[in-house]
Amino acid sequence: MKIKLKINDKEVDGSKGESILTIAKRNGVKIPTACYHSDLEPQGSCRLCLVHIKGREGLHTSCSTLAEDGMEIITDSSEIRKLRKINLELLLSQHIEQCSDCNWSYKCKLLSLAKEYRIKINKFEDRKKNFPKYQFGPSIIFDSSKCIDCKNCIQMCKKQGVGFLTTEEKNDFFQVGFSSKECVFCGQCITHCPGGAFEEVDSITDVEKELADEKKYVVFQFAPAIRSSIGEDFGMISGSIVTEKIVAGIKKLGANKVFDVSVGADITTIEEGGELIERILGKKDLPMFTSCCPSWVRYVETYYPKFIKNLTTVRSPHIILGGLTKSYFAEKQKINPKDIVVVSIMPCTSKKYEIERKELYFNKLKPVDYVLTTRELSRMFKKHNINLSKIKDEKLDSPWNDYTGAGVIYGSTGGVTESALRTVYEKMTGKKLEEIEFKSIRGMKGSKEVKIRIGKKNIRVAVINGLGNAKKLLEDDPYKYDYVEVMACPGGCIGGGGQPMPVNNDIRKKRALSLYKIDKKWGIRMAHESPLVKLMYKEFFKNKEIVHKFCHTSYSPKEKMNIIKIK
Amino acid sequence: MNIVRKIKEADLKGRGGGGFPTGIKWELVKKAKGKKKYVICNASEGEPNVFKDGYILENYPKEVINGINIAADFISAEYSYIYLNKDYYKKIKNRLEDIIGNKKIIIFEKKAGYIGGEETAVCESIEGRRAEPKKKPPFLTDCGLFNCPTLMNNVETFYYVSKISKGTYQKTRFYSVNGDVLNPGVYELPENLTMVQILRETNNYPDFDFFVQAGGGVSGEIMLSEELNKPVYGAGSITVFNKKETDIYSLMEKWAEFYHKGNCDKCAPCREGAYRIYEMIKARNIDMEKLEDIFLSLKKTSFCSLGRGMPLPFESLIKKIKK
Repeated sequence: MKIKLKINDKEVDGSKGESILTIAKRNGVKIPTACYHSDLEPQGSCRLCLVHIKGREGLHTSCSTLAEDGMEIITDSSEIRKLRKINLELLLSQHIEQCSDCNWSYKCKLLSLAKEYRIKINKFEDRKKNFPKYQFGPSIIFDSSKCIDCKNCIQMCKKQGVGFLTTEEKNDFFQVGFSSKECVFCGQCITHCPGGAFEEVDSITDVEKELADEKKYVVFQFAPAIRSSIGEDFGMISGSIVTEKIVAGIKKLGANKVFDVSVGADITTIEEGGELIERILGKKDLPMFTSCCPSWVRYVETYYPKFIKNLTTVRSPHIILGGLTKSYFAEKQKINPKDIVVVSIMPCTSKKYEIERKELYFNKLKPVDYVLTTRELSRMFKKHNINLSKIKDEKLDSPWNDYTGAGVIYGSTGGVTESALRTVYEKMTGKKLEEIEFKSIRGMKGSKEVKIRIGKKNIRVAVINGLGNAKKLLEDDPYKYDYVEVMACPGGCIGGGGQPMPVNNDIRKKRALSLYKIDKKWGIRMAHESPLVKLMYKEFFKNKEIVHKFCHTSYSPKEKMNIIKIK
Repeated sequence: MNIVRKIKEADLKGRGGGGFPTGIKWELVKKAKGKKKYVICNASEGEPNVFKDGYILENYPKEVINGINIAADFISAEYSYIYLNKDYYKKIKNRLEDIIGNKKIIIFEKKAGYIGGEETAVCESIEGRRAEPKKKPPFLTDCGLFNCPTLMNNVETFYYVSKISKGTYQKTRFYSVNGDVLNPGVYELPENLTMVQILRETNNYPDFDFFVQAGGGVSGEIMLSEELNKPVYGAGSITVFNKKETDIYSLMEKWAEFYHKGNCDKCAPCREGAYRIYEMIKARNIDMEKLEDIFLSLKKTSFCSLGRGMPLPFESLIKKIKK
């Protein structure tokens, strides 16, 4: 139902059920917030988004007050400004400012509000100055001294179906604490934390050391989802495609080669498609689950080990490509694989954990040595005065530069499935797939479905977007599907826990759309039509053993993670 | 005559502190649409120096349960709950269960601190979540426990409903009288008595210079002896302080500590404000500008009424006593 209301004497339209804040934002009216995030139920805890409503006593939080027809709202007054100022001071009185190495840095809402409202940041002695830092596995740091107690992380962790983060009473405060549930390292706590209290475990220091070591041959490879997101960190609009700029930037950092993980994705597609065909024909362990999202894999291994057999054994794209760099490429270039350092730029915090999995080692080598998140790469660029928006394009390095459209769309929810189906259809039927775009599994819905007739078989496919939607599928009836894709992060990798901040559904849509645009314009849009992939199967993947060594892995129930207290 | 008409004629108002007209509340729940409805008897009484609900439960449990049953019948409740604070749970749970017999009343032990008594927090707690207040509206009468229309009254209110239904209500209420008095205790006296009358009637009127805290042992307002010619509001407590012998700082420190430890830490003004008030008072180093800012924010921007009411005792004490 449409409603009309007035905000600061200007008539605006809205719909019933929308909050005052939502309507104000859409109409360009700025209302300050700290705890608000459009992905979450309003917490109403920061008390900054206060407004007057004519005819109602007192002040109201616009995030949690629904707009009504005929409402007259005032979003600014001297009283409102004074109260916002006090509450900002109180919020900052608990928060230790570590702006220089914060994920928010110059995009920090708290800092810009502090300037706007002329706050004395240190009006009170910091309440949390001795609060500890915690590390979860090799992925995530929680610096509780920066936490402003909005509890967004707890809500998001619950929404992800994990519930590792919880409220705990400690020293007379209800604070963010840890339950007995296992963290899966998705990093959504990071992207939903307004205080910058959550961050990735730093790998920049190590990577810089490797870059400075002349004996090392440093190879960077970046994920499909990076190219349409990292521009945001350099003032470009969401969805700006900057593939060649990333290459140029990384070259400036001193890397020997820059490769594209989309090539690895094409190989994943071939192997995963092949495995799906085998399983469908053999009616074995269906549905088959995707496995390129390590948080999803960890979720299955920890919470639903009975479904481990359903995970495809195919390695994720960057692991395959890293392995090929240290074997095929090393041999061609006559470089000792031990001297090669592979650095993956990932939209993801969980990939930092994935590369430590012993199951992935080959010849005692890690296929990938370090993972930097998109944000970490931005930080490195900035440190070296590399402005991505101004840098001149450079081309990717051979041989891992010849990818397909199918590889690129891996970065979005539904992309893995779409790529696999394109290949599976043509391989199973020997016919050309006419409609290669699977529109019903694109987009930001939490769970999506597609049925496709391949030869005599009806293949039923589910796409789960956001880990929180996986539980329902697993517990309802997973067996009605043949193939299930799960991406832990909302939107898939483009919305990953390692991606630029802020993020919301509008931003995710733009990032995803750009990947589909690349695919649409690409000459080759099927993994199995890639000349490079064909060459690899001819030259390198000569037998099953080699394919297995580089392209497949195994899973098992996992040990409990240790939470390490840092200070 | 229908029970609500009787309640309205008796002009019964909620005795938990809010003072909302009981009859109107009952009608709202009765009229609200919902397949299931619930009654909750709030026996969370958790403020220092207020203990009349415990007294009533110990001495008149049958009347209270009768009141709950009347309410449950009236709104056709699926279940009724008695939300009982820890101490009372230990002491009287068994006796209550004997009286309840086969009626559909569930005794629920309150696990949370002070904030656990706020009505939306009570519902959260019974539903198995952390006791934390929820945004109003929706009000409980429309959307309370398990998102169903819910009738929540205080122990004393149910006690008087029972009296009203029997025609024995005589417009009395329960007063907790304590502090520097000779005869502390709970007294049932007419509701329109002034505080002076209450203190005299109970042989507690001091013969020294004094002030009182009225309506709640922490949240109550500070009143000087010359201000007591009016009834007591809130939870009906009167705590007497010997003006000469009371250390104002330790008194405020007690309140501040209670608020700091007992609030739910959800919203910034309450969580950080209560902590800073406590910090300043404990250090006996009050920055009045900071304190006034915090009070202003608490009154105007706190999530729930607990936070909004926090400044009252401090402000009244500072204004009236500390010159």
